[in-house]
Amino acid sequence: MIEVKDIHKSFGDAHILKGITTSFEKGKTNLIIGQSGSGKTVFLKCLLGLFEYEEGSISYEGKNFSNLTRDEKTNLRAEMGMVFQGSALFDSMTIAENVMFPLRMFTKQSKSEMEDRVNEVLQRVNLENAHNKMPSEASGGMQKRVAIARAIVNRPKYLFCDEPNSGLDPRTAIVIDNLIQEITDEFNITTVINTHDMNSVMEIGEKIVFLKDGLLEWEGSSETIFRTENEAVTNFVYSSELFRKVRKMYLEEND
Amino acid sequence: MKTPITYLENIGTYFIMIKDIFRRPTKWSVMKPLILKDIDDLIIGSLGIVAFISFFVGGVVAIQTSLNMTSPIMPKYLVGFATRQSIILEFAPTFISIIMAGKVGSFITSSIGTMRVTEQIDALEVMGINGINYLVFPKFIALTLYPFVISIAMFLGILGGLIACVYGGYGTMEDYIEGVQLDFEPFHFIYAFIKTFVFAFLLATIPSYYGYFMKGGALEVGKASTTSFVWTSVMIILVNFLLTSLLLG
Ligand SMILES: Nc1ncnc2c1ncn2[C@@H]1O[C@H](COP(=O)(O)OP(=O)(O)OP(=O)(O)O)[C@@H](O)[C@H]1O
Ligand SMILES: [Mg+2]
Repeated sequence: MIEVKDIHKSFGDAHILKGITTSFEKGKTNLIIGQSGSGKTVFLKCLLGLFEYEEGSISYEGKNFSNLTRDEKTNLRAEMGMVFQGSALFDSMTIAENVMFPLRMFTKQSKSEMEDRVNEVLQRVNLENAHNKMPSEASGGMQKRVAIARAIVNRPKYLFCDEPNSGLDPRTAIVIDNLIQEITDEFNITTVINTHDMNSVMEIGEKIVFLKDGLLEWEGSSETIFRTENEAVTNFVYSSELFRKVRKMYLEEND
Repeated sequence: MKTPITYLENIGTYFIMIKDIFRRPTKWSVMKPLILKDIDDLIIGSLGIVAFISFFVGGVVAIQTSLNMTSPIMPKYLVGFATRQSIILEFAPTFISIIMAGKVGSFITSSIGTMRVTEQIDALEVMGINGINYLVFPKFIALTLYPFVISIAMFLGILGGLIACVYGGYGTMEDYIEGVQLDFEPFHFIYAFIKTFVFAFLLATIPSYYGYFMKGGALEVGKASTTSFVWTSVMIILVNFLLTSLLLG
């Protein structure tokens, strides 16, 4: 469980997050949606402690992150997995080495145990034949999937993904969404995902947080999002004809 | 805008970084290959250019010295003596270090800076890894081998002088070697290697600082490398002046 209270974040004069309060429960896939530039990435980086914020607090299982000692922070972070918007793979390592890295850092497993685990996760992201490629030789979508594999390899308790399926074809995007949902359920982890993908919103959004102009405009779930009257949300989510049709069908079916 | 406060802040951050190099060390099994890789990139990879420059500059120093010693009363061994002194005292430790500030320094800044702009450093931090230790410590250890590079520069510089002198017809091998051995002062060596160690430290840390704390995108990586080269050279020259006045003055 991650609780966020009244987070404010500015860069110079630009006030990006203007007081966000929400919480992300364990075992749920929490989605953060909002227009490009609305502050999703900044918010996620505040959660991870990569950005310092001027006001507010973020606590993990009731413990305020900023009050943790250095060692406590290190231990907590060893339990986090993060997929960056730009993948952030280590470009001096092969794909397999990238995925193995958290295991080498934080476990005492033998080489063959680590290799087995790496094979297993690479298989789950449909990358069984790319072990020895360098990240620069992989396509954007492959890099994304490697980043996801690296984030989940050490069985994190908290999984953060910044647009995990942008740049993926629709089929792979669904595979990734399902994978995230599965491991969230399976290991009861707290998952927070930034996304633009309306398909993910409807498929896996157990909790949805809508950010607008640095404020939390609306929160709900993949069900309530069909019924919301909030204009900002409907303008954003149902901006395409296709999703307006989807909503219509959903409401007809469920009423 | 650069105010005096910004400079002070930068210096403060630099010293905090130095402390952080040794804090929360990375597992040895992960660190060892990083050190070996940096030895390869920074030390082995520099030997070629250092050898080339030392050999030819040594030759030029010998030729210049003999061309400028036209008076017949000056002993012939002076060419070897003067070449040895300038190479051991200044050329090898200081001049080569400035070249290394360009070669090794901009490599360090751009490789760490690229990791910063592509969020690889954030990825390390998120995993709970001390990015400064992970990235800078191996470079620091690799550069403790820097005196080895400078010894090669000294040897090849003096050899280059010998060859230029003999084959250019400026003097005999015997005279040159006599000059090289003349009035040998061990403290000059100590002085040269103290400088070398300090320069190695500057070469490892200043470029790392400019890479690690850079902001912006790919364009800024290029700018950071240039700034890093300028400041590393300036610091080498200043520290050289200080150490020389302290140790020899
Ligand atoms: N390091 C930074 N320095 C200054 N401003 C920043 C920085 N990072 C983000 N911003 C600003 O914060 C605002 C929100 O950016 P953010 O990256 O969080 O958007 P986003 O919602 O993730 O958008 P997208 O969906 O396109 O990824 C933008 O106006 C951006 O210019
Ligand atoms: Mg973003």
